[in-house]
Amino acid sequence: MAGRKVRVLLAKPGLDGHDRGAKVVAHALREAGMEVIYTGLHQTVASIVNQAMQEDVDVIGLSIMSGAHIPICQKLTALIKEEKMDDKLLLVGGVIPNQDMPRLQEMGIKGVFPGGAKFDEIVQFIREHSPR
Amino acid sequence: MGVATYIKDDKDAIKEVVLQSGIKVKPVYTPEDLERIGFDYHKDLGDAGEFPFTRSLHPMGYRSRNWTTRQYTGFGTPEETNERFKLMISHGQTGLNVAFDLPTQMGYDSDHPMAEGEVGRVGMAVDSLRDFEMAFKDIALDRIGSGLTINAVASVMLAMYQAVAEKFGYDRSKISATPQNDILKEIVGRGAWIYPVEPAVRLIGDTIEYAMKVLPRCNPVSICGYHIRESGCTPAQEISYAFMIAFAYIDNVIARGYRAEDFVGRFSFNLNIYGNLWETVAKFRAARKLWARLLRERYGVQDKKALFLRGIFGGGGSGMTKQQPENNIMRGAYYALAAALSGAQTTALCSFDEAYTIPTERAALLSLRTFQILMDEIGLRDTVDPLAGSYFIETLTKEMEEKILEEMEKVEKVGGMVEAVSSGFVQREVARQAFEYEKKLQKGEVIKVGVNQYTEGVDMEVELHAYNEAWARLQIDRLKELKRSRSEAAVGRTLKDLEKAAQKKENVMPFLVECCNAYATVGEMADMFRAVFGEYVEPNIF
Repeated sequence: MAGRKVRVLLAKPGLDGHDRGAKVVAHALREAGMEVIYTGLHQTVASIVNQAMQEDVDVIGLSIMSGAHIPICQKLTALIKEEKMDDKLLLVGGVIPNQDMPRLQEMGIKGVFPGGAKFDEIVQFIREHSPR
Repeated sequence: MGVATYIKDDKDAIKEVVLQSGIKVKPVYTPEDLERIGFDYHKDLGDAGEFPFTRSLHPMGYRSRNWTTRQYTGFGTPEETNERFKLMISHGQTGLNVAFDLPTQMGYDSDHPMAEGEVGRVGMAVDSLRDFEMAFKDIALDRIGSGLTINAVASVMLAMYQAVAEKFGYDRSKISATPQNDILKEIVGRGAWIYPVEPAVRLIGDTIEYAMKVLPRCNPVSICGYHIRESGCTPAQEISYAFMIAFAYIDNVIARGYRAEDFVGRFSFNLNIYGNLWETVAKFRAARKLWARLLRERYGVQDKKALFLRGIFGGGGSGMTKQQPENNIMRGAYYALAAALSGAQTTALCSFDEAYTIPTERAALLSLRTFQILMDEIGLRDTVDPLAGSYFIETLTKEMEEKILEEMEKVEKVGGMVEAVSSGFVQREVARQAFEYEKKLQKGEVIKVGVNQYTEGVDMEVELHAYNEAWARLQIDRLKELKRSRSEAAVGRTLKDLEKAAQKKENVMPFLVECCNAYATVGEMADMFRAVFGEYVEPNIF
C-alpha cells in the first residue's frame, strides 16, 4: 500500500466541549498531507476505539482539557491491547501537566503534546513514529 | 491570542498594523479621518445615555452606578461553593456568577457513568433542589443577582432558582437570575449541547416567555459571543454572531405572538475581552450602537430601555497563558481597563491561574482587587466614555461597525443563524480563523509575551486548586439518600406532566418548577426532554 497517506483519528473523550485545539491540529495535520478524521465531542473510549478500527487509522490522538487524562488513557490503552491494535500510534494533547507525562508514556502513549505544542513538532513526531 | 499582526521593516519600525478583525491601523489620525467616515456627533455618538448609546447606557456612567463585579465561582459540592460565594461577597463582590460541573451542564446526575471523574471538577455539582438550598443559603437573593453559567439545561436551572427563592421566602418578582441559556453558541463554541437545534431554541423561547410573565427581574438569556470568540473567531465576528443568535431567539418569541419591545429589554450579552485594547473598546462602542439601531430597524423597538445592549464584558481565558503565569495578572488588569473604557456594566476576569485550573481563592481575590483599584483608586469612574471624540477611536468604532455588518451579511446569505449553525457554516469559519491565528502565532507574526517572545527566565510554580475525590462520593451518597426520602409518586407525577407539556409544545417552565419542588433530579428532567426531543448530532465540518 505504498503511497497511502497516514490516517489519523482525532478524538474528544468525555464531557468537555472545548475542541478548538483538536480542530486546529486537525487542520495542521491535513495541511501536512495526512488524512484526518475528527470524532466530534462527547465520545466514550469504546466508541473511539471502534471508530479507529472502522476507519483503519494509523494514529489515534486524544484531546483532553478536563484533567481526566490519566483515567481516560488507562482505559484506552487497555482496550487497545484487548482489541490487538497495538500497532496504532497513540498521542494525547490538551491540558497535561508536566508531572503526568512519564506516567502517560509508561502506559504506552507515545507522544504527549500539551497546549502550545508546535505543529511541526507534532507532524514530525507522527512521521517518525507512525507505522506507515 | 487576539493580538494584531505587525509587519516591521529591517530597522524594527512598524510598517503595518492589522487588527484581528481585518482593520488596518494608520500611524496618525486627524480630523480628516472623521470627515472621511462622515462622522456626525448626534448620529454616531450622541450624548451619554442617549440613542444610539455609543458612549454609554446611562447619562452619568459609572458616577451614578459602579459596575457589578461578578467573578465566575463554583466547584465541588454546593457547600464549598456557598462558602466561596460568601467570601467573595464579604470582599466587595456585588453579584454571583455560578459555575456548574460538566455533568450538570450536560444533564447527567452525579451517579451517571458519563459523570465519572467529572463531579464537582470545573463547577459545583447540582442534582436537585436540595443542592440549590445549600448553595444559596444565607445569600440575599432579592439583593444579589446571579449569573447561571449553564445552557442546555438552563430552563431547569432557572426553574430551580425560582423554586429555591420561593422556598426561602423571597417574592419571585424580586429575584434576579441570568441563566446563560444560549444553545446556539454552545453548538458553535463550547460544546455543552444536548438537544437538537429546534427544540433547544424552543426551550429558550419558553424561558423568555415565562420570565416576561413570572420573573420580571430575570434576564432569561445571556447571548454569549464570548465563547465563540474563545473558539477562535475575530472580534467583529463575535458581535455579528451574537447578534444573529439573538435575532433567532427574538424570532422564536415573536412567532408566539409577542412584540420584541415587550421582552428584548431583558436580553443580556456576555462578551469577550482580550488582545488589542483599541479594537476591544471600538468593538463594544460599535456593538452598543448597532444593537440599538438594528432593534429599531428590524423589530420596530421604540422603548429606550429595550434598546440597551446590557451585559457582562469579561476578561477572556484565551488571553491567559500557561507560560509565565504571573504575566496574566498584568493582562487581567489591562482587560479590566478595556472593560472600563468600553462602558461595561458588569465584568468578570479570568484569574491568573486559569490556564491551569479553576481559580484558587488567592487568584480570585486578586482579580476582584484589580477592579476595585481601577474604580476606587485610578479614576475610571470620573467621567463617561473618556475616549469619546478621539480621532482614532471614533474612526475605528465606525470601521468596526461596518465589519460587524459585513459578517452579519454572510450569515444572512446562508439563511440566518439557525441554518448557519445547523449546516456547520459558522463552526467551519470559527475553526478556520483559529487555525489561521495559530499559524501566525507559531510563525511569530503575532506576538504573545512569554509564548513566542521573551520566553526565557521568569517562571513560577502555580499553586493548583485541588480536586477532592471525596466530593464526588459525598454527592453520590446524598443523591441516593434523596431518592430514598422524597415522594416517588410526586416525582413521577410532575415528570409525567413535564413530558406532556414538552410533547404538546406548551411552555414547560411551570412544569419544571413543579418537578424541582418535588425534588426530581436534573438528570431525570433532562432525560425526559431527551426522550421527547432526541439528541443533537454534530455536522461533520472536516
